[in-house]
Amino acid sequence: MRTVNFSQHDHYRNAVFPSPFHARQKEHNQLREWSRWSDYLSVPAYWCADMEYFAGRNACGVFDITPMVKHLVTGPDALPYLNRLMTRDVSKIKPGRVGYSVWCNEQGRVIDDGTIFHLEEGVYRICSQEHQIDWFMTNTLGFDVNIVEDTHDVAALAVQGPTSCAILKDMGLQGIEDLTPFGLTYFDFEGTQLMVSRTGYTGDLGYELWIGPDHAERLWDRLFDAGKHRGIKAMGSDALELLRIEAGFILAGVDFLPAMEAVRPSHTRSPFELGLGWLVHFDKGVFNGRRALQEEKEKGSRFHLVKLDIDGNKPANQSFVFTKDEKFAGTVTSAMWSPSAKASIALASLEAPHGKSDSRLELQGHSPLQQ
Amino acid sequence: MTDSRNIVIIGGGHNGLVCAAYLAKAGRKVTVVEAAAQVGGAAATREFAPGYRASVAHLLYLLDQEINKDLALESNGLSIAASGLDTVALAADGNHLTIGADSVEGAGLSSEDKAAYKEYRRFMSKFAAVIGGLHNQVPPRITYERNDLITLGKLALKVRLLGRDDMREFLRIAGINIHDILKENFDNPLLKGALSMDALLGTFSGPRSNNSVFTALHRMSGNNAGAAGAVSIPAGGMGAVTDALAAAATRAGAEIRTGSPVKQILMDGMQVSGVELTNGEQIAAATVVSNADPRTTIMDLLGARNVEAGFARKINNIRAKGNAAKLHLALDDLPGFKGLSQEQLGQRLVIAPSVEYVELAFNHCKYGEYSAHPVAEITIPSVHDSSLAPDGKHVLSAIVQYAPHELGAGWSEGKDAFMKVVFDLLSAYAPDIREKTVASELLTPQDLESEFRLTGGHWHHGELALDQFLMLRPVPKSAQYRAPVDGLYFCGAGCHPGGGIMGSAGRNAANVILAK
Amino acid sequence: MTKKYDAIVIGAGHNGLTNGAYLAKAGMKVLMVEKNDFIGGATVSLELYKDDWKYSNCSYVCSLLRPEVYRSLNLAKYGLQIVPYGGSATIAQNGDYIGSYVDPDVARREVARHSHRDADATVRYDRDIMRQCRFIRQFLLRTPPDPTSFKPRDLLEMMYMGKEAMKLGEDLIYDTMRFYTMSISDFLDEYFENPLVKASHSGSGIIGSALGVMSPGTAYVLLHHAMGDVDGSMGAWGFARGGMGAIADAMQGCFTEYGGQTVTGSGVKQIIVKNGRAKGVVLENGDEYFADVVVSNLTLPRTFLECMDPKDLDPGFLKKVRNFKIRGSSGKLNIALDGLPRFTALPEGSELARGDMHLIDSTERLERAYDDWKNGIWSQDPYIDMLIPSLTDPTMTPPGKHFMSVFVQYVPPKVHGKDWTDDQVHQFGQTVINQIEEYAPGFKDLILHVEIRTPRELEDEVGLTAGNIFQGELTMDQLLFNRPLPGFAQYRGPVRGMYMCGSSTSPGGGVMAAPGANAAREILGDLRKTNTVPEGWLDD
Repeated sequence: MRTVNFSQHDHYRNAVFPSPFHARQKEHNQLREWSRWSDYLSVPAYWCADMEYFAGRNACGVFDITPMVKHLVTGPDALPYLNRLMTRDVSKIKPGRVGYSVWCNEQGRVIDDGTIFHLEEGVYRICSQEHQIDWFMTNTLGFDVNIVEDTHDVAALAVQGPTSCAILKDMGLQGIEDLTPFGLTYFDFEGTQLMVSRTGYTGDLGYELWIGPDHAERLWDRLFDAGKHRGIKAMGSDALELLRIEAGFILAGVDFLPAMEAVRPSHTRSPFELGLGWLVHFDKGVFNGRRALQEEKEKGSRFHLVKLDIDGNKPANQSFVFTKDEKFAGTVTSAMWSPSAKASIALASLEAPHGKSDSRLELQGHSPLQQ
Repeated sequence: MTDSRNIVIIGGGHNGLVCAAYLAKAGRKVTVVEAAAQVGGAAATREFAPGYRASVAHLLYLLDQEINKDLALESNGLSIAASGLDTVALAADGNHLTIGADSVEGAGLSSEDKAAYKEYRRFMSKFAAVIGGLHNQVPPRITYERNDLITLGKLALKVRLLGRDDMREFLRIAGINIHDILKENFDNPLLKGALSMDALLGTFSGPRSNNSVFTALHRMSGNNAGAAGAVSIPAGGMGAVTDALAAAATRAGAEIRTGSPVKQILMDGMQVSGVELTNGEQIAAATVVSNADPRTTIMDLLGARNVEAGFARKINNIRAKGNAAKLHLALDDLPGFKGLSQEQLGQRLVIAPSVEYVELAFNHCKYGEYSAHPVAEITIPSVHDSSLAPDGKHVLSAIVQYAPHELGAGWSEGKDAFMKVVFDLLSAYAPDIREKTVASELLTPQDLESEFRLTGGHWHHGELALDQFLMLRPVPKSAQYRAPVDGLYFCGAGCHPGGGIMGSAGRNAANVILAK
Repeated sequence: MTKKYDAIVIGAGHNGLTNGAYLAKAGMKVLMVEKNDFIGGATVSLELYKDDWKYSNCSYVCSLLRPEVYRSLNLAKYGLQIVPYGGSATIAQNGDYIGSYVDPDVARREVARHSHRDADATVRYDRDIMRQCRFIRQFLLRTPPDPTSFKPRDLLEMMYMGKEAMKLGEDLIYDTMRFYTMSISDFLDEYFENPLVKASHSGSGIIGSALGVMSPGTAYVLLHHAMGDVDGSMGAWGFARGGMGAIADAMQGCFTEYGGQTVTGSGVKQIIVKNGRAKGVVLENGDEYFADVVVSNLTLPRTFLECMDPKDLDPGFLKKVRNFKIRGSSGKLNIALDGLPRFTALPEGSELARGDMHLIDSTERLERAYDDWKNGIWSQDPYIDMLIPSLTDPTMTPPGKHFMSVFVQYVPPKVHGKDWTDDQVHQFGQTVINQIEEYAPGFKDLILHVEIRTPRELEDEVGLTAGNIFQGELTMDQLLFNRPLPGFAQYRGPVRGMYMCGSSTSPGGGVMAAPGANAAREILGDLRKTNTVPEGWLDD
């Protein structure tokens, strides 16, 4: 059963729709609070964000990632198409592998980041935070390729934490332990195909499970059943936010402004400025942003993203960063108290040349901090 | 495989030949590859009926005089059969006006209009010279770079030097439409109709469309025959111009290979490495210059995948909706145009009896229809040049507007019906035209596209409009004749300063390549 | 009766009132003269049907009103409240529609219903329009420079504009150059694929303009409608509580509190000029008032062709005034309704009905409406911008009844070159009503009263020459330093002591109040008085 027909005339009656896991989320949602993520209802916290965070770090946290925007790329030119679209060399992502990537406009500014799943030879799925169909279609000029957005046709769960592998094994996914990081594989799940990728947004052992929406609730049930003795917990977006900042992952719209939305072009960032220079491969031919990025590489970037380790326990959210002599250096984009490191940490975008390694900076003009 | 000294020019149209001649004169090894059996593209003189010849581009009014001199076109075979033609504005009742470079005569014309015409010519010529002054200029980019600032400063100075009143008038009218300007200046409908047509030939606009003052100025921006916008007819048709250019290029050492269509532009990594012909032959070159229109160059010959998507989108967005059809009639005798003497048949005849008529004609093409009552620019070049037709016979050559490239009904269906519309139109002015006609050829924008590989059948290779001019032509940041691919250049009318047999785009491109 | 003032403002429209208020605030003794018995000009609410019905008779929605003016004249204190309206719908002939919902996700899904790709392209489109808005907004409360002048002030202003343009960065400069010269139809083609999506965006490119969607220059007209805001939400439009007259009333309240005086009921017969200086005005009723500063809020032709002695003016100047492009292209129907009409395409009770509704499906259909205007007749299949303010503001009608404001385009100032006849006015009204009836069967039965306004009525009543709602076309020849005329863009008339403050001057119409404010700044500068006019706020 498809939960929602998003193109029906009466879609406007509800601003958001229940996800395929909604019934189960509702059972777990003790706080009875709901937030919005794109077209879906999402849970900020089921019972306590901090405890959910610890479930993710120490046992297993389950997070509904159905609202992620998904595109299927097929056709004879799928690979050359993606190689022109993405800054990284997509030919290095073999079938059955997943790669993280960013894509840029011709100014070399990041439009979005996401993951590329090489589902089978020549068939790719791109997962991203923002809607991309206009840009992806623009990129098809000159390529024999098909792009379909299938966000609503795939339900997905992130199963993250040290016991995740054992739980999936107990659930009956034989051989899951052989799946290497950034690998993907398929299982039969009660007569339907279940895709499992060893990917995640937490920096820990973790998997993402992809299945048709009709089987979503059943998947959830089997998963929680298998995990009941291994500390499985439903996890909300607040906990995930803690996990991803701790892992140093960036989030579109938070740590950078997607280039398609940025009214002020100066507010956008290049891959280099986000610390993602390793995703820019100049040795692969033409790609969007190549000329601008080549120039930036030669002339230097205007910003860079740094991870801050902040003295004391002051929260750093929304802070400005200054140098010791009170010159504006940049802004904190994401911040948290890290329960793992027992430290106040943050991601910050600093104007070059501030914040080169080991330099000391001031936060909001007081608390000294060390990078 | 890349030969770093070799330069290949795709397309032997007039701009490609000009570019070739300048590059060869500077000592470069140049090969021009032309798909057709003869050079010249849409300027070539072709036999359209046994013994009858005509060229699609039929009047010379923009040819750059420096190019003419530099390439010694006269000693390379160019001679002018007639120059400084008057424009005769026809009315269906046989009345007509004779519009010259500085005066207009005709029945029913008020002295106010006559005086206003002098003033109109004064300020329009002056403003056209501002536009014309830009023709031999590589468009600046808008940056704080020194060269760009100097060029922009010079342009501002040129406008300032118009003097306060004329500068104000220039800034006021440059962006608007010819209908308003004519209405401000004249009363006579025939005069206004004919003058409005000058602004609209070859464009997707009507008299009320803003931009049409600019296109009027562009048409007048030549320094060809002593007066702004004055028209000439080369002996032997427009092909004589391109033949002379080809001779100049060959004499300077360029190799011209006709009958050699290009299949694709070759790449070696990020650098252009030559071209491959449809017969499979490859010609290595580190520099490839395309005289083809920008869309054909990038989308068809290079492949959109070899450029960034943002650039491909911009190229794809270039407006190039051709609207002008070309009519060639083989006549066994001079036709009788109502109210005109035989002598007058050698002038440029215009059917555009009023601005409203022209606007109505334009309305159709907005919806993919051809004009029910088209406008036309007619010449009978054989009056001046008997070589174009058998003894005593004549050739009529006319631009007929509006005939949209995308005809809703499709041209295979619509062409015959449009031919009838065109004959009905001509018959209203020259009642014996049908009986004098022994053969005819009507080239719709679709025909022009397939015959001359012009996207949209547009003779400017892209609409000439303020948003596609100077540093915006063909697309921003590539207006300096350089494509964003190492070694690839544009030299056609799709670049600044646009079409009309001018040659400036070819020369500017050559200068950019030589300065490298 | 003879009286001496420091300044006389002719025409108590919103710009005149703004101008007068700033002059009065600077301590000047100001007289406002108004031909009608009511103030506000086209910014007016009148009771036209029965006592408890209020109409925004001419202008009907608010967005462009400069927030700087709103705040510095303290208009909230004088009762002004601008309420944003949610939604907007473009209804197609095939019974479908596209709605613009307040919620961003719903809005995106609604576009996606027609084209998935266009839903996403909307993000890029909104971004690019917003970039243009941010750029132009900073110039609205500035006097245009004279590009032919070598005066330091003009040179500095030119440099300022150049510097601000350069700040955009190279790519955006090119985008801007293209945007200002393109047609809205071509511009939309670069973003969208679906005809209904394009149609839903295209109307703003022609409202108030004698251009078609395919005419180059209409992308700017769209910007003119997008550069306003309600509470910082750029591009949003709202209702003034109690109708647009509330804006004029608030301005009048402020003007009066600063000591300004108003005389209504008699128009200006002539501006008195002595020894090349403006000295005062003579009213139609014979009253004379004197002042060394005379400010006209009337249209350019009305000011110079009707209210001045040609002997006081240069013939060359008069020729230019006669060539000023002020072509009516709009009409309006104000309709009192017995109940809410039911548009069959829209879901029952749809929130979309609270916003503006359009009955159009393609840019081509809109262009055909323009062709009729060119041929000298009102559009047989017109473009309408239709609102039901009483859904948002219940103070306007008795409970359960509704007021519908129908802005119509295209309506020529003359029919086939001849003055409108009453019969034609009626036929025009029927054309519009019949069109609405097609989309909302039963609509006709709800009509209690209709007020039909063609350019004739607009001109006769509120003095908008040829019924042009912007007091002059918004084309390149009449924008910035060209508005109203080259060499006269700095609010000074050709006669000393005489100024212009109407929408004929830069930056144009749309109930913006910027011309009135800018003119006041110039006047106060000439008199070496303390400036009371605020600088423009820069958006962050």
